[in-house]
Amino acid sequence: MATTPVKPKDHEIDPATGEYRVIAPGQTFRSVTEKISHIVLTPQTPLGWFAIFGVGGALATMLLVALTWLFLVGVGIWGITQPVAWGFAIINFVWWIGIGHAGTLISAILLLFKQGWRNSINRFAEAMTIFAVVCAGMFPLIHIGRPWLGYWMLPYPNTMTMWPQFRSPLMWDVFAVSTYATISVVFWFIGMVPDFGTMRDRAESKAAQYFYGIASLGWRGSVRHWMRYETASLLLAGLATPLVLSVHTVISFDFAVAVLPGWHTTIFPPYFVAGAIYSGFAMVLTLAIPLRKFYHLEGLVTERHIDNMGKVMLATGFIVAYGYGMEVFMAWYSASHWEAFMMWNRMFGPMGWSYGVLIFCNIAFPLTTLWSRKLRTNIAFMFFISIVVNTGMWFERFVIVVTSLYRDFLPSSWGTYRATKWDYMIYVGTLGLFTALFLLFVRFLPMIPMSEIRMMLPGAKIEPKIKAAKAGD
Amino acid sequence: MPPREGTYGLLAEFDTPGDLVRAARQARQDGWRRMDCYTPYPVEEAAEAIGFHRNKVPLLTLIGGLMGLAAMFTLETWVSVLAYPLNIAGRPTYSWPAFIVPAYEWTILFAGLSAAFGMLALNGLPALYHPLFNAPNFRDGATTDKFFLCLEALDPKFDLLEARAYLESFQPLSVVEVEY
Repeated sequence: MATTPVKPKDHEIDPATGEYRVIAPGQTFRSVTEKISHIVLTPQTPLGWFAIFGVGGALATMLLVALTWLFLVGVGIWGITQPVAWGFAIINFVWWIGIGHAGTLISAILLLFKQGWRNSINRFAEAMTIFAVVCAGMFPLIHIGRPWLGYWMLPYPNTMTMWPQFRSPLMWDVFAVSTYATISVVFWFIGMVPDFGTMRDRAESKAAQYFYGIASLGWRGSVRHWMRYETASLLLAGLATPLVLSVHTVISFDFAVAVLPGWHTTIFPPYFVAGAIYSGFAMVLTLAIPLRKFYHLEGLVTERHIDNMGKVMLATGFIVAYGYGMEVFMAWYSASHWEAFMMWNRMFGPMGWSYGVLIFCNIAFPLTTLWSRKLRTNIAFMFFISIVVNTGMWFERFVIVVTSLYRDFLPSSWGTYRATKWDYMIYVGTLGLFTALFLLFVRFLPMIPMSEIRMMLPGAKIEPKIKAAKAGD
Repeated sequence: MPPREGTYGLLAEFDTPGDLVRAARQARQDGWRRMDCYTPYPVEEAAEAIGFHRNKVPLLTLIGGLMGLAAMFTLETWVSVLAYPLNIAGRPTYSWPAFIVPAYEWTILFAGLSAAFGMLALNGLPALYHPLFNAPNFRDGATTDKFFLCLEALDPKFDLLEARAYLESFQPLSVVEVEY
């Protein structure tokens, strides 16, 4: 491979190594450790934390109220009806789980591709995954109507001698989502074990020493442990990669296996996965930009991170655009009357406005502006665009669920869909729950992986002379 | 475990990973076997230097994955063919393509859990107590920015005075005795 000559003036290139810089210069093992662990170990909680946690907690309480009423009365309080029997619950389910996917992508796929820049953002991206899966997993469960019987979906010997139907995509979902949640939590926790060791050793209060001591499982940094740990991390990354692709594929099967126009299409798996990563990266930006500002982490989560995430969004955004284009093309090319009507109705029918929002938020606006490096490194703009894309991706799921269902084959069975206040309370409530959980994470757990950041520092370089010498056995 | 007394080993503290690797490699060449390095992040060269090349985590992961695959596929087949056959428009009960998705998920689930818990088990973790935590300089260094080499007392070559002199020859920041 030809090496491009490095411009010495480029401030992003480290003059000592000639490599791209992902974290700001002048950091040592100790300064990085102190900076990251101090956020957690300081006895002072910033007032802003309480303010945002208060808002998140209040919304989470509203979620609790709405769920209580839902459990007492039933799903009739929602806007779902015939023919739109899948409303907000399924939209929110797909939206949340898609958001989670970027966390796994950053922690697993970028690890396999040896993208060092991911090290600064992977921990909170994984936390985002887990909290998003918490919010997502709730929706199918409450949508089944009698959530206290949700365990009926699991294969276990019971007095009714009934077993699950393994040919149903809804059953596949149970296994895909539960595996995804489990592996994400395990990957996240294992990733934090060495950092818990650091926290244990740096904690001043007895309570914190006990807490992090137990969480660290007694980690002492033996190189034998580290080697097994590295192998396990790499294997978990290698396993999480096909897993994350399969999860959204399986979710798209929920739709694609049905015969409904607008759902019955082979483009769904890749297009769902790309959309998931697109919205997930937008959510990482939504979280990372305030966090780095608030906790002064600009030296660790640099403009280069923001820029790279913008590029990933640009690429996945185009895959999503291809998906939209292919849906329209197939509606025409299939020569199916129902497909063609569905597409016309989706664009120009009574709910055509939602298709307009989707095209503007996901395609027209981001895919024209993200080309500009100037805009990609403009932090305020990137925060704004992350909100726009998240909105757009929510509308994508709205369009898929509602505009396919409300006018299907028989005009006599056409209907409409209008969400009720309970739908909105539950949706906004999960946003609050997510915020509250995320703030707890930021306050009590190390949000940037210290051990992985240490590996990227210049001090971690071993002189080539020592490196080259072979072990004498 | 019965309480033990005496010396666990001698702990030399270094400032850079390079110094640690050089010392560890020399110690291995000089015939030391019961030793370990402690670093704040994975230092592959140090593991090579003390002769730790391979580990069993991949094997455990493979076994776990195959078990998950077999368990789920068998369960699905048994449920769909024998325990609770559903006749839906005369379609075959052994519809294996549909069984692939849950079996695939369980392959990953079992493999992932085996990788994570297998790694912990091979490492002997959780182990909330370890003699090294008694070393006064371990706490502020081993998980932050210092690199340690520990020659353990169980090594047949170990003699407190000689081992200390040997470690001092590498010019470490300090050499301390670690008690059980």
